[in-house]
Amino acid sequence: MEKSYIIKQISIFSENRPGRLAAVAGALRDAGINIFAFSIAEANGFGVVRALVNRPEDAHRTLTGLGFRVSFTDVIGVKMRDEPGGLSEVASVLGDAGINIEYAYAYSGKDAAVLILRVDKVEDAVRQILDHGGELLKASLFR
Amino acid sequence: MAPWNRQIEELPPDELRQLQYRLAKSLIRRLYETSEFYRRRMKEHDVRPDDIGSLADIGKLPFMYKGDLRDNYPDGLFCAQKDELVRYHVSSGTTGKPTVVGYTRQDIENWSESLARAFSSCGLGRGDVLQVSYGYGLFTGGLGVHYGAERVGATVLPTSVGNTERQIELMQDLHTTAIACTPSYLLHMGEVAEKMGVSIKNDTDLRIGILGAEPWSEQMRGRLEEWLGIRAYDIYGTSELSGPMFTECSEQQGIHIWGDIALVEVVDPETGEALPPGERGEMVVTMLQKEAFPLVRYRIGDITVLDEEPCACGRTHPRIRRIQGRVDDMLIVRGINVFPSQVEHVLLEIPEVGRHFQIVIDRKGALDTMLVRVEVSEEAFSDKITELMVIKKAVEHRLKTTLNVAVGVELVEPGTLPRFEGKSKKVVDRRSL
Repeated sequence: MEKSYIIKQISIFSENRPGRLAAVAGALRDAGINIFAFSIAEANGFGVVRALVNRPEDAHRTLTGLGFRVSFTDVIGVKMRDEPGGLSEVASVLGDAGINIEYAYAYSGKDAAVLILRVDKVEDAVRQILDHGGELLKASLFR
Repeated sequence: MAPWNRQIEELPPDELRQLQYRLAKSLIRRLYETSEFYRRRMKEHDVRPDDIGSLADIGKLPFMYKGDLRDNYPDGLFCAQKDELVRYHVSSGTTGKPTVVGYTRQDIENWSESLARAFSSCGLGRGDVLQVSYGYGLFTGGLGVHYGAERVGATVLPTSVGNTERQIELMQDLHTTAIACTPSYLLHMGEVAEKMGVSIKNDTDLRIGILGAEPWSEQMRGRLEEWLGIRAYDIYGTSELSGPMFTECSEQQGIHIWGDIALVEVVDPETGEALPPGERGEMVVTMLQKEAFPLVRYRIGDITVLDEEPCACGRTHPRIRRIQGRVDDMLIVRGINVFPSQVEHVLLEIPEVGRHFQIVIDRKGALDTMLVRVEVSEEAFSDKITELMVIKKAVEHRLKTTLNVAVGVELVEPGTLPRFEGKSKKVVDRRSL
């Protein structure tokens, strides 16, 4: 049950220099893969590009074939009310349940705002969100 | 294994030093009297044979360099009459002229004696079949090992190099127990054998590898030993010394240098100052008994560490550690000597990063900076920045501990670092001095 909400995010190791994001994005474009959301985490000299795409397995294979280091990470996508307090609701549910957010990024689309979360206890997080009447993106959107 | 020549191999250290002194003294006297080159050199440095009053006084003598050998091509440094020579070997000479080495009968005798002691120390002797897969010919490897093996009573199978499948057939048919070759050739042999459906470990009697003539590592030793079911020993020598001459004993803790044959010093490659045992530096060799082609304080260019601690095998002769690089490859960073091979050794021990690397040296203000670029391995790549930072810090720490100089580490994308060997691409020196 919970598993149907666990989304495979692709993470790509990238050097922190001009053109690297373009190389990743170009490769996905050429493979006809759509990016729903992405973020870049940066450290000293390198970074990790994280993305939700419509065909994660294909994206993994394409990028690995081009020599990139790619891994899958389990994340969830929580729909938020796109108005003041939206983020606060989601964050409070998880905080009260003792679930730690390792990182997060968000996008605001036509239908709703979505918060993508990497948490320490992913199945607990799904249950908590659903129990509190929240709405999650289905993993079936991303395969 | 029992020593080949117990009396000399287990000589108490102070007696060994006295013997070295006597041999050095008579060598210097002989060279001063008979060699134009050595007499001129000593005069230029204002040293006379009588100034050598102790073993330490050898340090008063000038160094010899590869250039001296080149300048005196082909036989300007020979100290024997033409008709006393029984053999020539010629080194390949990748840069400049080749080096010609001449041997008297006694030189061949001493070379064989040196290897007989060495082979006995790693358990090779009568009843063994030694396949010599070093090249025979102008190269010293094949014939040198051949004579040493015959001396200890082993049966020699002189396959020389090439025709690997035939070598593997002979290894099985003639029950080879030991092989002498380069470590990379043995690796190749193992792979070819597997393609032929032969497991060297299970289908042959091979138990000893005498490996050298190219740099190799402890990791490679471990791999060969486990895969092929053998004990692998490091052998050292260069054509200038005669050829391959010294090996590890069964303890595998360094290569015994027979003190009555060669006097080894280790010096700072920059200043030429003697370094105490245990410190890494350039090996300097004086051949104490060579007749045709003597060497006095020859800067051989190999980097090692001299170990004078007693060896568990009971032999009293000093050891050198596995050759750790060439002086030509040395970098000086903040006054510290750094070798790319050290970086490679550290990286091989860290599974989170690949074995390829690039060193970038730069200068910020007055201070040198050293950056090592490495690739994150597939297994270690984590989505979490914190975990990647832990890897980066761990590599920095390990490098700093080994090199004694602060090192920055940069994680780079796979496949972006130079794959081929050679200093030119592995090291980028941006300092404008």
